[in-house]
This record gives sequence, structure tokens and C-alpha cells, in this order.
Amino acid sequence: MLSRVASSIYWVNRYIERAENYARFIEVNLNLSLDLPRGTIEQWEPLVATTGDHEMFVARYGKATKETVLHFLVADAENPNSILSCLLGARENARSVKEIISSEMWEQVNRFYLLVRDAVTRGMSHHDLHAFLADVKSASHLLWGITDATMSHGEGWHFARLGRLLERADKTSRILDVKYFILLPTADEVGTPFDIIQWSDLLKSASALEMYYKRYGRIAPDDVAAFLILEPTFPRAIRYCLIKAEDSLHTISGSERGSYQNVAEKRLGRLRAELDFVDIEDCVTRGLHEFVDHFQARLNQVGEAISETFFAPRRVHHTGSVTEEQ
Amino acid sequence: MKFSTYDPGEFYDELFEGIGRPRRGSALLLRKFASLPDGELRKRQQAAERVILNMGMTFGVYGGDEGHEQIFPFDIVPRIVEAPDWTLIDTGLRQRLRALNLFIDDVYHEQKILKDNVIPSELIYSSKGFLKACWGLNPPRGIWCHIAGIDLVRISDGRYYVLEDNMRCPSGVAYVLEARQVMKRTFPELFEAYRVRPVDEYPSRLLETLRSLSDLPDPTIVILTPGSYNSAYYEHSLLAQKMGLELVEAGDLVVIDGSVHMRTTKGFQRVDVIYRRINDEYLDPLVFRPDSLLGIPGVMEAYKNGRVAIANAPGTGVADDKAIYAYVPKIINYYLAEEPILPNVPTYVCWERRDRDYTLEHLNQLVVKATNDAGGYGMMIGPQASQQEREDCARRIQADPRNYIAQPTLALSRSPTLVEDHIEGRHVDLRPYVLQGKGLYVLPGGMTRVALKKGSLVVNSSQGGGNKDTWVLS
Repeated sequence: MLSRVASSIYWVNRYIERAENYARFIEVNLNLSLDLPRGTIEQWEPLVATTGDHEMFVARYGKATKETVLHFLVADAENPNSILSCLLGARENARSVKEIISSEMWEQVNRFYLLVRDAVTRGMSHHDLHAFLADVKSASHLLWGITDATMSHGEGWHFARLGRLLERADKTSRILDVKYFILLPTADEVGTPFDIIQWSDLLKSASALEMYYKRYGRIAPDDVAAFLILEPTFPRAIRYCLIKAEDSLHTISGSERGSYQNVAEKRLGRLRAELDFVDIEDCVTRGLHEFVDHFQARLNQVGEAISETFFAPRRVHHTGSVTEEQ
Repeated sequence: MKFSTYDPGEFYDELFEGIGRPRRGSALLLRKFASLPDGELRKRQQAAERVILNMGMTFGVYGGDEGHEQIFPFDIVPRIVEAPDWTLIDTGLRQRLRALNLFIDDVYHEQKILKDNVIPSELIYSSKGFLKACWGLNPPRGIWCHIAGIDLVRISDGRYYVLEDNMRCPSGVAYVLEARQVMKRTFPELFEAYRVRPVDEYPSRLLETLRSLSDLPDPTIVILTPGSYNSAYYEHSLLAQKMGLELVEAGDLVVIDGSVHMRTTKGFQRVDVIYRRINDEYLDPLVFRPDSLLGIPGVMEAYKNGRVAIANAPGTGVADDKAIYAYVPKIINYYLAEEPILPNVPTYVCWERRDRDYTLEHLNQLVVKATNDAGGYGMMIGPQASQQEREDCARRIQADPRNYIAQPTLALSRSPTLVEDHIEGRHVDLRPYVLQGKGLYVLPGGMTRVALKKGSLVVNSSQGGGNKDTWVLS
């Protein structure tokens, strides 16, 4: 498969998953705000901090209010990670591989783009916003369903899944981080009903509430973190994402699990293995935010290695074997 | 729908020989139309348009918004070419392409035709399509032009004339293939009644042609596109799908150790044949345009050394120059010692003093074309232009006479076209496609372009033209 084609399929999926998760971020914040004690002001700044684009936001908007933050995350074409920009990026990438993907996939990407574009052009009331966020999530799910059901599960499909899952792993870690940035009214509130409500809002944003209850029964901060990080069977949990991403990576390279042929496999394998042999106490002892931060940096390195290994091969020796250019 | 009052007027009509009198091959079609209930044709037209929309048949327009796509306008009344007419076209095109190929090969080797003063050598050297880099090259089998699209027009005398030779990257064949699909859905009963020659084998013929460029048993062939913003991207993508070839952009290709490779997820894969849909000057920034982002550095060197084959061969554009077109009848005489079967349209080459003077004096009667532009860009239609436009055109001709030719405004033939719920005559041309590999193949059909605006003579899709299916009868 052409590197450019693989890269486009991978990025269509990263962008779409990113858009979906931005909708989740906004949802979690809306819910958290609703559940704050009376008299506390809404906090929007933490949401921007979670995305990692805080500097860009401050430079462009200054003060974080509900309006500026929503515009930045949903409709700002200058923010490369806004929902609108993600859909533009996904559509352009899909357009350039139209002959590779199924026409149903292309049509869904196109419809998804139009949904976002129209909402942005029209502007949204508070009521519309909730409906819009729900639409974004289901449009993303629909595209994945179509991809799964209409595209051969060959190399291209595995690049699609790889893009989806690496993006999701990163974003789930950020959803978890929202809780770190959101300030409780006082330190004493830890463990109070407010705190508990916030943890369950978090689970809701990751569509994880029901599955969490089945696993743990009641809300406890460490269990929530354990579920979103380490649960091997929940599809939005970080560990699940890494296990399946690694499967795809090995299918693409044709190498055995438990071994590696390239830097991408090596880095992803190590990261996944770490999650296999860690428990939530280990994570919490280090500090959950620090754990998440470190994880995101490592995951970025996996992304870089994938791009270098598959999307930008550079030169060959006379024998024809491929090497990475140093 | 009744057609007893249909009036071909002063024009040659493709389906009617007189008022209400269909030609032999069209009678069945028109009887069928007449038997349809009122409004039915319109319904089928709308159904066809829906099919086209869903197929995503689009073209882009230069100068509009980047990546601006439009749905291709389509008319469901086919243009019919009867068997004897087609035989003439077929033999005429074969003759023309054989001669043009010998001409290109000669121009890059011995230049006998220049030494014998049949064509002024300055005209060749000043042609943008003439590439010094191709001097002395021997493309596989001595074939330069593998894919050609020759524009034909028919005028009041009922004869076909060659209007233009598209020898670089002729487009439109995707519309021929898709138009046929649409028509089969729209009028299945007519396809049962008529013996229309099929066009569907074009992709396999093209693949065969491309394979003939390599001696390998299973060469790796790619289609090189400028990318998804190109106006013909739809076609590039469709041909790639139908031939099962990789559709690559220049950035996907890289020259390593003298050979062309594509970047794949498994590393670099050697490429043996490139069907390029970009013009010569964008092929290789090392040789042509250092400012170009579109090219593949080193590809010309690989090509010269026989490490990769390119279709059409670089340098073929010299035969696409509209000033050189004027000499094609002489070229046919010279190389084949035959008279041209398909005549040229009378052409004034502004580079020649006498022709230029005539052109400047008769601008209000002539169509002026830039010698290196395609798609109707840079064209001035004298009788329809304003005084200002004609004066601008005169200035351009005087500033750069080599770049312009002029032709009389032709009374293009018309073909009945659906307008609301009845048919009216609209002007048409015809672009058949010719493949040259181990043998010559003329696709029995072609792109019939129709000027949908009443009275308009401009059939280019970028300028309000549409498309019809072309039925060659056997």
C-alpha cells in the first residue's frame, strides 16, 4: 500500500476520533458545571488545559469563558484541533483516497463534515449544543461501523483502526485529566458527594458508566481511574486501545507478537507491556496527572515512529533493503 | 413527444436529414421517443441526473474556488454515428496517429521533415512542447503518443474535420464510460433494439497498451495524478480503479539508484511504467521547472536510461501545438505519401506574416486560439466578442504571434438535445480516443460534447458545455 494512502486512511481516523473526543470533553465540562455546588462559578479554563492547546488559546482569546472556549474547540478553523478543523482534515484525506475506501465511507465522512459545517455556520443555542455533541459522537460511531462493515480487513483497515485507537487512548487519558484540572471548591470536598458526582460525570463522558457499574458496582476514584486506564475489555480504556493497536501494527508488518521489526512496534509493545504489569496503586502513587502526562508523551513517540516507519520511508541500500535515515 | 416539426435549420443535424425526417440510424430512437408518454423523457432525464449525482461524476473548474466540484451536465438524447461514418473516422484517425508518431520521432532524431523544408524549423524550436531533453531518445517500440484524443467537428457539408489533436494528457474518457452506464440504465430497451458498439473494454485496452511499454512479464504500472484538486481527478481515480493500478502523486515517487520507486508501507517498490496525467514541464524539476512542486526529481534521467517508461512519452506535446497542427496534412503527405482522410479546419498561423495580417483584419469572423492552451482557455470567438475583447486579442497577437492561430467560425453540426420536454438542436463536437501500443486501437465511441446554451458554439465543460453518449452503430 502506498505510504500516502496509508497515511491518509490513518489520519481520517485520527481526525474523526479526535472530533468525537472533543465532543466528549465539552460534554464532561457541561455536566461538571451543572453539578457544581450552587454559587461556584463555571470553570472553562481547565478544559482548554486538558486539550494541551492552552498557549494557543490564550494567545488567540485571552480570557476563558464558555463562549470563547466553545468557539475555540468547536468552530475555530485556526485551531487545527477544533471539531471543524478535524472534519476538514478528515474530509480532505478521505477525498484523496476515494478510490481505496468504500463509497459508503466517503459519503459518511462527507455527511459528517456537512453536519459540522452547517452547525458552525448556523450557530448554536445551549439546547442545540447538547444535540450537536450527541450527533458528533454518533456520526463518528457510524463511520467506524461503516468502515468495519464495508472495507476489507486488510492493511488499509488496520491503519484505520490504528489511527482510531491511538487517538482514543490519548483522549481517554485527557478525559481523566479533566478531573485533575477542575478545582473542587475546597480541598475538603475530596470524597464528598460532589466529588463522586464528578467522577461519574467523567465516566459518562467516556460512555463508560454502565460498563463501569458492571465491573465495580459503586463509584470510587481509584476504581474509575483503573477502569479507564487498565480495563482490557472496555473499548475506550487505554489498555484495550493499546492491545488492539498493537494487533493491527503486527498484522501490518507481518511480525509475531512479542517481537518487533521496527521502532513503532518496539515502542508500542513496551508501552502496552507496561500497562499489563502495573496496577492502579502504582499509578496513583506517582500522581495520576503525572502518570497521564508521561503516558501521553510516550504515546506521541509511538505516533512519530509509525509515521517514520510507514509514511515516510526515505532511502534504500543497493541491496534494496529499507533503512531509517539517521 | 412529437418531432414532426423538428427543424435542423441551416446546420448539419446528426439525427435529422430534414424537417421531421430522421436519418436512417436515428429513426428507431426517435420513434421510441415519440411513443413515450408526455413528460416521460423529462422524468428519465431527471433520473439520469440523480444517477450521475450519486456516482459523484464531477469535474473541477480552474480559476474557481480551489477544489470546486461541479456535477457534469448530461443530456440523455444520444448522438448516433452510423457505421460508414465510423469507418471513415476510424481509418482517418489511424492514418493521422501513425503519421504524427513518425513526425515526433523524426523531430527528435534526424529532422528530415525540417531539412526538406516541409515545416519551418523555427516553428518547431519555438514550440513549448518541443523538449531539448528528449533529443535522440528512443521510447519503447518507437511510440511517443500512446493515448490521444482527437477533436472532430462536422460542418454544413456533412464532412468530419479535425479541429485539434490532444496528444499530451487528453481527458474525458471517464465520461464516455460513465455516460454509457447511465444510458444503459435510462434506456435499457433501446440497447436491446440497437446494436451499439461497446466502449467498456477501454480500460483493459489501455492497460494492455501500458503493459506494452515494458518487457517485464508483470510490470508495476502507476497512474500519476497532480492530486485531488485537479479538474480531471475523477477520471484519474476511475481509471486507476478500473485497471487496478495505484494512483500516485509526485510525492509518492522517488528516484533511487537511477530507478523510480513508490513509497509504500513496506518500503520502496520499483515502478516500471508511469501513465502520467501531468504535463511535461511538471515532470521533473531538475530538468524543467525548479519552482515546480509537482515533479519527481531525477525521473527524466531514469527515463533516458530506460529505467522507467512514461506514457505519453515526454516531448510528445510538440505534436499538440496548435500552430503545428496546421501542418498535419503536410505531415501525412510527407511520411505516408497519402492524402489525409480527415481534413483539417482551415487555420491561420499568426506566426506567418500573411496569416497574421489576415487574422488581424478579420477578427470579427474568426476564432482565435492560443497554441498551447487546452480546454477553451485563452480562446476568443470573434463574432461574439466585444470590440474591447477583439482589441485586446489583437494586442496579444501582435505581442506574441507565435502563440496564436485563427480559424473560421465553424457552423458546427447540431444534435437534438432535450430542452424541458421537447428536443432542440444544439451544437456538438466529438472526441474519439486512440491508443497506440503493440497495435492501434480506436475506441468505438467518444466524448460528444454539446453546447447546452442555445446558439452557443463552445462545448468545453469549463464553459457551459455538457455531455452526450455517443452510439457507434455496427
